[in-house]
Order: sequence, then C-alpha cells, then structure tokens
Amino acid sequence: MTGIISYNAGNTRSVSNALARLKEEHFISDSPSELDSADRLIFPGVGEASSAMQHLKRTGLEQYILQVKRPFLGICLGMQLLCQYTEEGDHSCLGLIDAQVRRFRLQMDVPHMGWNNLKQMSTSNSLLLGIVPTDDFYFVHSYYVEPSIDTIAKCKYGLDFSAAVQKDNFYGVQFHPEKSSKCGEKILENFLQI
Amino acid sequence: MLKKRIVPCLDIADGRTVKGVNFHDLIDAGDPVLLAQKYSDLGADELVFLDITATVEKRPTLIRLVEQISAVINIPFSVGGGISTVEQTRELISAGADKVTINSAAVSRPELISELTSQFGSQCIITAVDYKMIDGVARVHTHGGRRATDLRLQDWSQQLVDLGAGELLLTSMDHDGTKQGYDLEILAQIDALCAVPVIASGGAGTVEHFADLFAQTAVSAALAASIFHFGEIEIPDLKAQLKQRNIAIR
Repeated sequence: MTGIISYNAGNTRSVSNALARLKEEHFISDSPSELDSADRLIFPGVGEASSAMQHLKRTGLEQYILQVKRPFLGICLGMQLLCQYTEEGDHSCLGLIDAQVRRFRLQMDVPHMGWNNLKQMSTSNSLLLGIVPTDDFYFVHSYYVEPSIDTIAKCKYGLDFSAAVQKDNFYGVQFHPEKSSKCGEKILENFLQI
Repeated sequence: MLKKRIVPCLDIADGRTVKGVNFHDLIDAGDPVLLAQKYSDLGADELVFLDITATVEKRPTLIRLVEQISAVINIPFSVGGGISTVEQTRELISAGADKVTINSAAVSRPELISELTSQFGSQCIITAVDYKMIDGVARVHTHGGRRATDLRLQDWSQQLVDLGAGELLLTSMDHDGTKQGYDLEILAQIDALCAVPVIASGGAGTVEHFADLFAQTAVSAALAASIFHFGEIEIPDLKAQLKQRNIAIR
C-alpha cells in the first residue's frame, strides 16, 4: 500500500493514475495518522517551493516527513523540498538531502522542459535497476538540485544537475516518472519493490 | 540531450475531437480519450488539448474529459480553452492536467499570467498565441481566431515571457490547416526573442515540414493535428525519419 502525500502543491492525481495503471493499492492523504498505514510514501509536487514549504510547516507534515523510516520518493518539487535550501522564494527546505536548489541561469530556454536522458547513473541503485543511458524521462523545471554526495543519476541541460538522489530511505527524482511513459513506469515499479 | 517534442493537438468541441481549416469548417476527428491513448502508445511526447468552443460559449473546460484522459495516458498533457481564473486552473490540474494553456484571457487581463505562475509555477502555464499577418505585421488574434487585436506578436510574446509564462504555443492562422509547412521565419524570430520553450503550430503536412522546422529554427516542439488524426503521418514513422536526419528525438 502506497500513500501519496497531498500538500496543496501537486499532481497527486497523475501519480495516483500511474499507480492505478500498475495495479498498486494506494491512497492520497494529508493526515500523518493515515499516512502511517502506508508501506511507502510518494511526495509529488508541482508548484512554488517556498509556499509549499510554508504549507508543510503549517500542517505539521514537515515534522512528520522528517521522521519517516519507510521508502519515500519525492518527485520534481518533492525532490527539491528534500534538499537543504532552495533559491525559489529563498527558503530552507527539509534538509534530508545534502544539496542546494538553484535557478537555471542559462543562455538556453528555461524551464528545462521535455524528454532527456540520464548520465552517470548508479546502475546498481534499486531505484534505477534496468534503466539505460538512452532511456528518456520527462522533465519540467526551472530550478535544479546541485550534484552532491547523494546524487545517483545526473542529467545535462547547459550544466550537470541531479536527476535522481538517495539518502537512506529518501529517494528523489527531478523528472516525472508518472509522465515518462514506459521508462517512468519502470522507475515506479522499482520504487514499489524497495 | 534534450529531445525535440512531437505534440499532437486535440481540438475539442462538445466532447469530440475536431479539426478545421483556417480555424473554420470543423470536421469530426474522433473520440479524444481513444485518440489520446493511441498517441501516447505511439510515442507522442506530449498532448495539447484545446476546447476550442469554450471561450466563445463561456463555459468551463470539460473537467470530466480531462480526468478520463489523465487516467489512460502516461505522458504530459495540457488543457486549454476558456481558462480565465486561478480556480479553473486549479480544477484542471486537480483533474490530472499537467499544464494549462491560456489564450484570450491573457489578452483581456495580462496579470492573470503572474497570478497563475505564482500559484502553480511557470512550468504549468503555456500561453497560446494565434496570429495572422495583416499588412506585413503579425497581429495577435483571440477568441479562437475570431477577434483581431492591435497587439504585435513580437511585443506580446515578450510581454508574456516577462509575466512569467513557461512556454509559448504559437499558431500561425495563415498556415493552420493548409499543410504547406510551418511559418519558419516568424517562429525562428520569436524563438530567438524569448527565453522559454516555443511550440510551433500551424501548417504541418509532411515529414519534411517537421525536419525543416527543427533544422531551421531552435523551437523545442512541433504541434500538429489533422495529419495525425487522419493517419496521413504515423508518429513512429515521423520520429524514425527525423532521427535519421540527426534530429534529437525520443
């Protein structure tokens, strides 16, 4: 049973649909006591980082997430919120992943939007099993997570950034596995096996 | 490397997919949910879903249809048509849309764009611009192309980006439905002017038109409708041929 954390920033429905297609039992909730009944948690996210962090603080979800010991997957903004700090709204984040979130400052289009492949993958990482460098994933973001000790895959758009991170039970992906066709399904299947 | 996107567009009227020529003479092109699933399975990179009657009839976009489409596809899609408030946008995103497309409402009230981007992030907001050449100037049109404005395409595109739009969907009304190729000159010009991804729309008829678009401009996506709906070009074949020409394609 997978719990999808609802915090007013997101595409919970897209993630729910993706899990339904994989026949995974799941529910969407913003209540810590309900989320406690899940074997693993998905933390999706589309939106603005500082207002999302303020919402997490206000609702007590911040304290809840910090103590989770079960497999936890942050997606897109959800991954960025796992980091130390974000330039988006100049705000501290959950501090679970040792990295900063920066805005793309490029002579290229921002957001980084579309399908891109991964590089320097930790191919033995449980989340990335079966993923190859030619697989493309759907990205859409204007801020990126700097590469760090917790990076398990990078992606290049003007510069190298973290496409996936992991520390202990906390995983994060910058791309949207729920929107990345077959390759994204593989990532979700891998997460459901952790 | 970031890939160029192939984007089928589903124009919706009264719950059916339709396609017109130069924004008129609508022909029924099928069930949007079935088409969405088919395109997703065939390798479309994204879908654009426009309720072309919504602005005119001032009715909200079909939430139910968005829910159905979201349930069957696992690629991103946007929804547009008659969106003019933060609340409507929230409903559509809650129903499963990844992005919304704003067109006429941005012209009537430009601050809508900043309201939306502050709530949902600029990556959720595509601004669609329909334009037509009038006396050698690309003029912005609204309400499904029915209403001309005084806005110049160049100025308006720049303003939309300044307001926080995450993406520009540019439709040449002169090229739309003609199958004579994309409006390369204007698209290249606007793309160079604006630091957000541009989706080119209007005029695709052959594989060559896509190849020319990606070879001669730096736009990030090519949108087309009728050639896909009526099976004139199959997406896997299109993508294979573009790859052979060394265009970055998924």
